[in-house]
Amino acid sequence: MKIVACIKQVPDSAAKVVAQDGQVSWGDAPLVINPWDEFAVEAALQQKEAHGGEVIAVSMGGESAKEALKHALAMGCDSAILVSDPALAGVDTQGTAKVLAAAIQKVGGVDLAFFGRQAIDGDAGITPAQTARVLGWPMLGLSAVIKVDGGKVTVERSIEEGRQTVSAEAPAVLSVVKDFGEPRYPSFMGIRKASRADIPAWTLADLGISAPAPVVAWPELMNPPSREVACEFITGGSPAEIAEKLADKIIAEKVL
Amino acid sequence: MNTWVYIDHFKGEVLPASWEAIGAAKALGGSVTALVFGSGVDAVAKSAFEFGADEALVADDAALADYRAEAFASTLSALAAERSPDLILLPTTTRGRELAGMAAIDLNTGVLVDVIALEPDGNKIVATRPIYAGKLLEKTVCNARPQIVTLRGRAFPKPEAQPGKPGTLTQVAAKAEARTTVEGYSAGEGGVSLTDAGVIVSGGRGTSNNPALSAPAGMDEKAAEIWKAQEGFKLVGALAEALGAAVGASRAAVDAGYIPYAHQVGQTGKVVSPDLYIACGISGAIQHLAGMRNSKMIVAINKDADAPIFKVARYGVVGDMHQILPALAEAFKKKLGK
Ligand SMILES: Cc1cc2nc3c(=O)[nH]c(=O)nc-3n(C[C@H](O)[C@H](O)[C@H](O)COP(=O)(O)OP(=O)(O)OC[C@H]3O[C@@H](n4cnc5c(N)ncnc54)[C@H](O)[C@@H]3O)c2cc1C
Ligand SMILES: Nc1ncnc2c1ncn2[C@@H]1O[C@H](COP(=O)(O)O)[C@@H](O)[C@H]1O
Repeated sequence: MKIVACIKQVPDSAAKVVAQDGQVSWGDAPLVINPWDEFAVEAALQQKEAHGGEVIAVSMGGESAKEALKHALAMGCDSAILVSDPALAGVDTQGTAKVLAAAIQKVGGVDLAFFGRQAIDGDAGITPAQTARVLGWPMLGLSAVIKVDGGKVTVERSIEEGRQTVSAEAPAVLSVVKDFGEPRYPSFMGIRKASRADIPAWTLADLGISAPAPVVAWPELMNPPSREVACEFITGGSPAEIAEKLADKIIAEKVL
Repeated sequence: MNTWVYIDHFKGEVLPASWEAIGAAKALGGSVTALVFGSGVDAVAKSAFEFGADEALVADDAALADYRAEAFASTLSALAAERSPDLILLPTTTRGRELAGMAAIDLNTGVLVDVIALEPDGNKIVATRPIYAGKLLEKTVCNARPQIVTLRGRAFPKPEAQPGKPGTLTQVAAKAEARTTVEGYSAGEGGVSLTDAGVIVSGGRGTSNNPALSAPAGMDEKAAEIWKAQEGFKLVGALAEALGAAVGASRAAVDAGYIPYAHQVGQTGKVVSPDLYIACGISGAIQHLAGMRNSKMIVAINKDADAPIFKVARYGVVGDMHQILPALAEAFKKKLGK
């Protein structure tokens, strides 16, 4: 089976992110593989382990995104591809989906394409469905349990109302949620292999497409109003007394 | 402005963020058309009128009995291509995100996802949305038509229903071509869903740290910890019950196996914005704050006076949650007459 895992490089979730001169700044916080995408890589690796084949990690981004791809290689992916082109600066999710779809087509013969549920920088969570739509493949979104039997893929989707079991014929796009199970850590051997890996960079010309024209623009970036409030500490001689006072305060705030 | 609102429902049960979206559409002025897709959904359309929609486009078809992304997206795209609305609003639900994304590809337009504020500028919408888990806000616009926008739950007020208010119902065709088959469904845990909840009581790693409790004999260390935490979460649950609240949790509590992932609040859990959020035995790590910092009021109970959660809390109690919570549940029961 030929499997692709789409991963993005993002600032670490613990980064202090601020708007500075209209730009996003995360100081010297490290760039890492998008945490949700580790679940996608894990799910992809489990399918390979069950059915044989190979897992190819794909990322669209700058040169630095090779580090995120190396993380995927260290986890056990067989190869990695960076899609990188100066013309992709300022691309929106529609454009990202078109580029990823083109990359998946260029890889060729792909049965399953795994995605994370959401990238923790833009927090859009729509690229998987959009890529599926560009490819014309079925979308099995928010999968918590994944079974592949011949050409049939059956997943349990995690939705607001519970779990929905949905199936489709491969090739298909899947996005993976956290209740799939913990992603593995890179192994020592994996890290050594990844550090020596030669990761090809494909340009738009390699994909045979022109830069998708962005339709979404971001005219303004703002720091949110500060959440810091003066905390009023409630004290008292006994839990009952504290509880009594706290309940009165909360009721007086009319938030119930 | 000619605005459409996608009414997200599961087997006829409407997610309240859909009604909030009707309210947001009304506030923009112009006509508001509800989109109702499914099978046997006239009651949903009727409710949409009561919440303020002037019109409803109803695709009622056995092929739409179960939500399937491709069929629903194609139905939406075909309608929009034919009738050219200026703006399509959807609630930011699992289905709303998926449909918005697919329809944008079909219609060669863009999506503004999980928006918390809308400003009209003629027929153009300037939307505000949190990014980087709310650490930043961006203003964003869609330069193609229709503009597709998904609205975060509880970011816009829910309109008052006007019982019996009529509207114009138009039957439209479904596009049934689906690429997926729905094989089954199992309900999640009952109770209030976190993203819709007005009040949330959450427990963290502190739930397992009740010095007054000793686990039954014969348990190994890990089992004893989980047992203790589950006793702790019973107290969280009892307070939640007294307040009609939903139960949340930190990732540490979820990862340690105290409570299922469905309860996790934070960057890799649910993003919530209740009126009241009570954090119990939660330190307030940046990834947890990312999920709940937009709560109207935060109350924290933690035995460590230096815990960062107190920096965002309006009221705090420095103490053992296992002693405070039962007393607080009692106090509310008494005062709220429950
Ligand atoms: C990529 C990534 C994503 C993440 N996503 C999330 C997320 O979505 N949600 C999330 O919550 N975290 C997330 N985290 C984890 C986060 O960094 C913290 O580890 C986690 O929030 C800590 O949970 P906690 O506050 O329950 O535990 P701790 O930090 O261990 O805090 C426990 C608190 O309980 C207090 N306490 C102990 N005993 C008692 C008692 N008897 N009474 C009262 N107080 C007591 C302690 O003083 C302490 O402050 C993420 C981390 C990473 C790296
Ligand atoms: N630049 C990218 N390169 C590779 N995969 C991406 C990229 N952007 C988004 N994705 C994938 O799409 C998912 C959802 O991203 P988003 O829609 O941006 O929140 C991520 O979890 C990734 O799996």
